[in-house]
Amino acid sequence: MANFYTDNPDLKLHLQHPLMRKIVALKERDFADAAKFDYAPVDFDDAMDNYYRVLDIVGELCGTTIADNAEGVDHEGPSVANGRVTYASGTQENLEACRKAGLMGMSMPRRFGGLNFPITPYIMAADIVSRADTGFENLWGLQDCAETLYEFGSEDQRERFIPRVCAGETMSMDLTEPDAGSDLQAVMLKATEQPDGSYLLNGVKRFITNGDADIHLVLARSEEGTKDGRGLSMFIYDKRQGGVNVRRIENKLGIKGSPTCELVYKNAKAELCGSRRLGLIKYVMALMNGARLGIAAQSVGVSELAYREAEAYAKDRKQFGKAIIEFPAVREILSVMKAKLDASRCLLYETARYVDLYKAYEDIARERSLTPEERQEMKLYNKLADACTPLAKGLSSEYCNQNAYDCIQIHGGSGFMKDYACERVYRDARITSIYEGTTQLQVVAAIRHVFTGTYLQLIEQCAAMPVCDCLAPQKAMLDKMTETYKEVVAKVHEINEPAYTDFMARHLVEIAGNVFMGYLLVTDASRNAASDDAEVKAAADSLAKSARVYCNLAQAEVARHSTFINTVTPADMTSYEA
Amino acid sequence: MSLNIIVLAKQVPDTRNVGKDAMKEDGTINRAALPAIFNPEDLNALEQALQLKEKHPGSKVTMLTMGLPRAAEVVREGMFRGADGGIVLTDRALGGADTLATSYSLAQAVKKIGDYDVVICGRQAIDGDTAQVGPQIAEKLGLPQVTYAEEVLDLSDGHITIKRRLESGVETVKAPLPCVVTVNGSAPECRPRNAKRVMKFKRAVSPSERAALSPEQAALVAGRDDLEIKEWGAAFVEADPEQIGLPGSPTKVKAIENVVFTAKESLCLNGSDDNQIEELVKELIKNHTIG
Repeated sequence: MANFYTDNPDLKLHLQHPLMRKIVALKERDFADAAKFDYAPVDFDDAMDNYYRVLDIVGELCGTTIADNAEGVDHEGPSVANGRVTYASGTQENLEACRKAGLMGMSMPRRFGGLNFPITPYIMAADIVSRADTGFENLWGLQDCAETLYEFGSEDQRERFIPRVCAGETMSMDLTEPDAGSDLQAVMLKATEQPDGSYLLNGVKRFITNGDADIHLVLARSEEGTKDGRGLSMFIYDKRQGGVNVRRIENKLGIKGSPTCELVYKNAKAELCGSRRLGLIKYVMALMNGARLGIAAQSVGVSELAYREAEAYAKDRKQFGKAIIEFPAVREILSVMKAKLDASRCLLYETARYVDLYKAYEDIARERSLTPEERQEMKLYNKLADACTPLAKGLSSEYCNQNAYDCIQIHGGSGFMKDYACERVYRDARITSIYEGTTQLQVVAAIRHVFTGTYLQLIEQCAAMPVCDCLAPQKAMLDKMTETYKEVVAKVHEINEPAYTDFMARHLVEIAGNVFMGYLLVTDASRNAASDDAEVKAAADSLAKSARVYCNLAQAEVARHSTFINTVTPADMTSYEA
Repeated sequence: MSLNIIVLAKQVPDTRNVGKDAMKEDGTINRAALPAIFNPEDLNALEQALQLKEKHPGSKVTMLTMGLPRAAEVVREGMFRGADGGIVLTDRALGGADTLATSYSLAQAVKKIGDYDVVICGRQAIDGDTAQVGPQIAEKLGLPQVTYAEEVLDLSDGHITIKRRLESGVETVKAPLPCVVTVNGSAPECRPRNAKRVMKFKRAVSPSERAALSPEQAALVAGRDDLEIKEWGAAFVEADPEQIGLPGSPTKVKAIENVVFTAKESLCLNGSDDNQIEELVKELIKNHTIG
């Protein structure tokens, strides 16, 4: 029986990161829950053992039920009738299995029925689920919204809604409208306060993933007459209240199992979550950051699937008397695919750990005031998480698209037919660099960390880590690339023209990502090179191989981007005008 | 009504993934080379038991397994999926048992548990493939038996109604309780392990496992009845020494040899209309003969 956790020791390598000790200690508050809940861990090793065991369940479920259903779900898709969505039969089966396995509300506190898992193992589960069925990862992954409900809802709202999510009810985030996509400030859905303090929602939302969810988080305009983001608030809509109907579901290129809905709100009763006017500027930003990390995980899962499908085919397919994997041209494609996969996975878990650390401090701050040192740390990790999230989302989603492309290329003509999974992978991958903010918007979020030096700080932190002898040449290459990075950042900074900076932003951010991921591969591989665990050691060897391949690639990419930046002057920008 | 359900499960070598070193030179199974797993059809049986428990609140599902002390893993696995607890019937004297001695020993253990409504097990185990133990237990306990069960349709008024999957079709039968049910592999798959249950019951141990725990680990399970997997011996279940283990096993394995299958089970489809042709194609696809 396939198990997508145990067949991939890279996951264990990432889960064993030294920072986990700190993450677990903060998340478990000195293991205070052990006295109250019989499934709570008593110490660090016990907690880690729980993560392994639960990921083993996830891996088994994904390797069997969910992966087996993926093709059928892609063909059948969801349907809509009388305003309600019916999932594909495989999707229903998947959801039921996840409920029975208790994999909903994984990161929620135990007092609400959750597993109190840190973000890192939860994100690992998302990585695994996405490999099995990328579209299903959306439905399952929307449990993320409970995080926002927990952070900004009242205790009463937490008590009423979070246990339902933990029991398996699904969620949605209703943000996009026909005229408010990337620009959410333009949201028009109207919220009118009622005498009893509740609100009535009226209007239309579009492109809502899982729009017929049990519990919705809705962005709506509560301040009449306002035009920008400061007039928007966040609401909780409970499907049991009624008033929201699904007008249609979109016919999409990929992730067909995940219903994308157009919603009509007619006097839909909803309740305010948090404070008025903070809907977009605070809550949705938090919601989006969580969702972006989720898409980064989804992208890594797609890359994993693309790589495995391509590798299996290349070993199996014989031409000119031998398996095509024997040909250098094919081997190069496969090695680069694996390197991109491994690089994006290193960045994913680096990001997840920073998110874990700052969120744990934030949560502790809800119970008591933090010490000045703790506050300092929280700010630091918050900054690192903010810097890493758009980088991880942006680059992993681009890489998974590249890997999906190469996966079909390895399959040749067969890959263009509907007979192999690779065509579905290719279609499913496509959305990752678009939703939850396009790659271009990730660059907008990331660029300030280029100029404030956060990426350089992350890079230098990595560069100071011990490196095994076998990766010393790669370390030297990366040190050189860091110098190039500093030079081009200084150049663009010196020119100091906003339009030019925007123009060069993607190139700068990609260089930062290339160098940072290169260092992460080198340090993650080095740290585990002498692991006592044979599986982890083998994963480290494989990571070291990817580090070598990736550094060659990164060096060429950095040269390409820096040449572009050094060549194209502000005056040249006229050639790019419409 | 709340039920007392006993699920019989066996720890078996995973014969579905047989490698080159699966057999020893002398023709016996090289257990070290094959991972020990929960017998697949016993998992189908467990699912039926858990569905009954859901429909009849307050019911109790008890796992019973016979084997080496390490078969406690099977009981734990059952608890991870929803069983309330379990018993390992383990004793050197039980070793070398054929189906007759095994069913006698298990029947004794079932009697010892007592006050049961339904005994459910898989149709057969993948190591011996005899399908004899379930029916023999029913005989020894003097109970009605329903074999090849696929679905429990109803349980009320002291009767159980079951859909059976037979070679030629399905049959619905009704039997008085208590009874023995053996479940077919075509029944719904067992639900997955549950995260919270795994985190809780990973600590459930049998007395022999408890002896190997560190003082800290032992402290966690001290006084916790819900975390105790019982271990029973032959004497405890009042088994007649002549009817258990090797002395109680008339079956003797004379020799084992490799055979090459020439034909699998045959299936006869009569008629010449489109429906039959469609059935034939479906069957061929299912068998991976085509497609």
